[in-house]
Amino acid sequence: MRIAGLRHRFKETVAVDGLDLVVREAEVFGLLGPNGAGKTTTIRVLTTLLPPQAGTVEVFGQDVRRRRMAVRRLIGYVPQALSADPALSGRENVALFARLFDVPRAHRRERTAEVIDAMGLTDAADRPAGTYSGGMIRRLELAQALVSAPRLLVLDEPTIGLDPVARAGVWDRIHQTRARTGMTVLVTTHYMEEAAAHCDRVALMHRGRIRALDTPAALVASLDGGGDGGEANLDDVFREYTGDDLDGGGFKDVRAARRAR
Amino acid sequence: MSVPLAAPVEPLRLLASRTAALCLVELQKLRRDRTEVVTRAVQPALWLLVFGQTFTRLHVIPTGGVPYLDFLAPGILAQSALFVSIFYGIHIIWERDAGVLAKLMVTPTPRAALVTGKAFAAGVRALTQALVVVVLAALLGVGLDLNPLHLLGVAAVLVLGSAFFCCLSITLAGLVLKRDRMMGIGQAIIMPLFFASNALYPVSVMPGWLRVLNHVNPLSYEVEALRGLLIGTPARLLLDFGVLAGSAAVAVAVASAILGRLTR
Repeated sequence: MRIAGLRHRFKETVAVDGLDLVVREAEVFGLLGPNGAGKTTTIRVLTTLLPPQAGTVEVFGQDVRRRRMAVRRLIGYVPQALSADPALSGRENVALFARLFDVPRAHRRERTAEVIDAMGLTDAADRPAGTYSGGMIRRLELAQALVSAPRLLVLDEPTIGLDPVARAGVWDRIHQTRARTGMTVLVTTHYMEEAAAHCDRVALMHRGRIRALDTPAALVASLDGGGDGGEANLDDVFREYTGDDLDGGGFKDVRAARRAR
Repeated sequence: MSVPLAAPVEPLRLLASRTAALCLVELQKLRRDRTEVVTRAVQPALWLLVFGQTFTRLHVIPTGGVPYLDFLAPGILAQSALFVSIFYGIHIIWERDAGVLAKLMVTPTPRAALVTGKAFAAGVRALTQALVVVVLAALLGVGLDLNPLHLLGVAAVLVLGSAFFCCLSITLAGLVLKRDRMMGIGQAIIMPLFFASNALYPVSVMPGWLRVLNHVNPLSYEVEALRGLLIGTPARLLLDFGVLAGSAAVAVAVASAILGRLTR
């Protein structure tokens, strides 16, 4: 995935301000930043929901402006809100996406069962999704996103609102799938310890720009001894680059995050 | 975990395939929530039982020799389909808020297919409700024409009418963007649409200004076709079908163009 000179504004507010970013094939890349940093706008452009106002965005060589349908065939997307349809069973939720991604009829049933099993949901597959726990719904959404075997999996705050066990379960499934398929994963998260533990590289975004980009270990090492004299971690890196200037997120950001819980 | 994906298909086949997929989902939801069919049938039942039976006794509305209850039944059928479909805008805003719409729009599905899927889904829901209204009307003694071809025509009219009003609702949702505003607008337009149609009374008793509104109201063409097919009153079926199909096609195009506003 290659982003060059991406700019996007909403009326007077500059959401993304000249973003340059390259995500390498098969890596888990974390896009971090406070509310209002421009992460969600970047993801919306990348997933073709928003046309880029300036700059270029390519996914595996396909331009998101000119080749929207081709880009969509390459992407699996899990939004921040818990978005499985509660009135449908887990299997029906996944089967819909198998159809929408043109998984051939002869393989559809088998493929649906395969991803449901990979997410550990076989026993609950025929229950309405409305009866699932938060962690189960997230795994169901992963199954929806993975049923087309995407080359790029885009996860917008995938573990927000989940308890530690459910969070671990979601990450385990992401890593297992990635190990099998070699897909690229782009994730946004507020949880620094998750980014440190699960991402190959992370970018810290603030006020629409990338402020730092490297492996979590290298970013922590760059602080040279830690934020408050103790052992430094990614939280300290986050504070170093954003400072106390964390009022960028609006009511919408907070509401969206709470809705996911 | 490799999966063979089908080769990209031509636009019309893609539209048909995606529409079918989204309709199937709607049927799956309906299968789980049968209470909705019953609860939604209460209002049309009241119109037939209370309003219809009372006005049948009053003999104040000239219906050309047709019992008023017979005259009214197709109007109530159209009204119930209108009520189902006009609130799809609220439904799509809920889907936007829940992240469902964004997730669907990131699939290789043309926006026209998403809108057509919703439009036909509204039609499917309207048909299930129509079944209840038709059975009730038959029980009340309405002289219905049960010719299978005519019933097929009734189904087509209801689906086309529902598709139009569903797309109108999605278009308004794309403009106002908020659920509470959309609820207000739904309430505000539903009664004018209903009263500016021939559902309750014939065009001949309308004042001039209302006739003009009736003339441009697709609900009137829907009612006229339903009345012609179900109780055999004179109807311009070719015109009625033409207006309904044309309105639905334009409404799908407009709603598709505006759908993207909901996820920006």
